[in-house]
Amino acid sequence: MIAATLNEYVILSVVLFAIGFFGVLLRRNTLVIFMCLELMLIASTLALVAFSRFNRTQDGNTFVFFILTVAAAEVAVGLALIVALFRSRRTVQVDELNALKH
Amino acid sequence: MAPILFHLFAFLTVAAAVGVVANKNAVNAAMCLLLCLVGVAGLFVQLDAYLLAFLLLLVYAGAIVALFLFIIMLLDMQGRPAWGFQKLATLASLVALGLLLAGLGSFVARGQLEAPNPNATEGVGAALKPYAYQLFTTYLLPVQVMGFLLLIAMLGVIVLSRKVDRPEDTP
Repeated sequence: MIAATLNEYVILSVVLFAIGFFGVLLRRNTLVIFMCLELMLIASTLALVAFSRFNRTQDGNTFVFFILTVAAAEVAVGLALIVALFRSRRTVQVDELNALKH
Repeated sequence: MAPILFHLFAFLTVAAAVGVVANKNAVNAAMCLLLCLVGVAGLFVQLDAYLLAFLLLLVYAGAIVALFLFIIMLLDMQGRPAWGFQKLATLASLVALGLLLAGLGSFVARGQLEAPNPNATEGVGAALKPYAYQLFTTYLLPVQVMGFLLLIAMLGVIVLSRKVDRPEDTP
């Protein structure tokens, strides 16, 4: 027995994705931007699992595995980049990181 | 009972996601992300993906959010203006949010998606065997590529976090 309809899950997933996207564009702190990126990834996994459950297939569930792996690798590399950036520029605010602008 | 659970977890997830975006303090944002992950894991359990719910908590909440908190405390960003927005960026992000929500509206207006017989039995993802079978047959090559990706990411992090001797550092 399943509680909600497929539409409700997809709507929830899109709302989560939209909130994450909004955060990526709005926030100035690189770490918070990164967290919002993770939020977008999680939203996409929710849609995959819901489609997989309602269509009674396994591929969506298996794909979430790969998304989790890529997210873990991405976070490791991204946070290392942020730490390296902070070491050289002493800031993580995106509007102060404008070396390529001039 | 079950519809109440869905709405409870959905509300928890969305509220925590808004908290991630709206929090001034990066530590509080990371905590909200953790709460959001718990909500999504609860939704996964309701979708019969028990293994994925467990993995999400283990990998994201256990490793990734802990890493985020560690880096936030390492960098120590006190005294920075966390909330100063440029007008253009705020406008652009609001427009982007509006466009995404308009897409959502058009999706809702199209009516229900087809879901062939979801209430028949438990979902396919409830058991462990389908995961193992697919990972070792259909997706064997991607699994190898993922292993290679993790290796490369590890090497990349080691290279990035090496202490570089810059001219101004040397006495």
